[in-house]
Amino acid sequence: MEFLEYIAAQRTALLTKTTQHLVLTGVSAASAMLIGVPLGILITRWKASRGFVLGLAGVVQTVPSVAMLALLMLPLGLGAKPAVAALVLYALLPIVVNTHTGLNGIDRDILEAADGLGFTRAQRLWMVELPLASPVIIAGIRTSTVITVGIATLSALIGAGGLGDYIFRGLSTGNNQSIILGVLAASAMALLLGGAIGGIEKGIKRRLHQP
Amino acid sequence: MIVLDNISKTFDDGASWAVNGVSLTVAEDETLVLLGSSGCGKTTTLKMINRLVEPSDGSITVDGRGILEQNVIDLRRSIGYVFQGIGLLPHLTVRDNVAISLRLLGKPARERRERADALLEMMDLAPGEYGGQFPAQLSGGQQQRVGVARALAADPTYLLMDEPFGALDALTRDMLQQELLKLKRRIRKTIIFVTHDIFEALTLADRIAVMHAGRIEQVGSPDDILREPATEFVRDLFGKPARQLKLMQTDA
Repeated sequence: MEFLEYIAAQRTALLTKTTQHLVLTGVSAASAMLIGVPLGILITRWKASRGFVLGLAGVVQTVPSVAMLALLMLPLGLGAKPAVAALVLYALLPIVVNTHTGLNGIDRDILEAADGLGFTRAQRLWMVELPLASPVIIAGIRTSTVITVGIATLSALIGAGGLGDYIFRGLSTGNNQSIILGVLAASAMALLLGGAIGGIEKGIKRRLHQP
Repeated sequence: MIVLDNISKTFDDGASWAVNGVSLTVAEDETLVLLGSSGCGKTTTLKMINRLVEPSDGSITVDGRGILEQNVIDLRRSIGYVFQGIGLLPHLTVRDNVAISLRLLGKPARERRERADALLEMMDLAPGEYGGQFPAQLSGGQQQRVGVARALAADPTYLLMDEPFGALDALTRDMLQQELLKLKRRIRKTIIFVTHDIFEALTLADRIAVMHAGRIEQVGSPDDILREPATEFVRDLFGKPARQLKLMQTDA
């Protein structure tokens, strides 16, 4: 009961912080998509670049999030900028890997038929490869988005706001309700966004007549 | 007319040859069947004609023009191709699959639709029923009919067919062979048809080119080849089914 009263009292602040969190996640996931999909196409087409790109993205993934934020804060200062930069770096790997997997998994017969019919490389990419790989690519985007919602809570540490504010403020003042509210809200957001993107994925699969 | 002049293909810098010095002339409106067992180089030979595989040596002309002097995309769009693996685009409807080469050529939607429906009709697939379906909803035989319709969409002079009926059951294969014969009489096309099936070759061919180990053993009409096999290999190839048939008859 007390907790519900706390939420009611936090109404306006909760809305602000949720919005901040959504913007951080949205901007980061969208940027990661705009960088990650072309990178995935690149490493599929130009095999020599695969080791380097995947290696780099893998190394980035192993840097602890707090350390990454601290590192990016040095050149970028406090606030949303270093937070978004860190989130994009973490979100990249699943998108690159899934784009590569999706493109690589297309039936060779279909690609040969497209070549034999006289598709140009660009036409084959846009009209055949990307549509057929899209369910796998979108699954990567879903993974990235869910990860991003979680890591975005840490950006409160460098003054970028978001639901992490509740968690860290609660930790420093010993306010358990604040911690729980932050955790619950962030988890709910991850579940909802993951579910929504999963729904898009299913819809596209149905349109593509894949199992 | 398609002329293959002494073409060869090696995939390992000359250690072995998939195709070794093949020369062939295919006349207008002729159906030439490339017959041979798997790995004999017949599919590679076919793919070299529309540059899905580049020859290591030799030259190919289509309508008197060297294929290397043409834009590869234009060349491929000017030749109909029916693939062994069918290769329909699973995310497009049957109608859009048939019309895909017209779309690549930039034809208007209305024209594409009319042409696709006419071709589906010709291949015995009611456009109203099948046009809006997706390839996965069709049987193997129906899918390959769509594959043939697709190859005919841009009304190419030449049709290359790579074991198109190989994966189908005997009954469906027989039906499609008969339909192809009928089609040949209605629309005059120059066809190169690859198969390993002797009976299919005898049914469809104006001339048969028997391939073995990357070389052509004999070229001739079905009659010529049956009556006068030029090599031991050809004699054996056509002799085997006859012997088997005889054996079954004595058993019975």
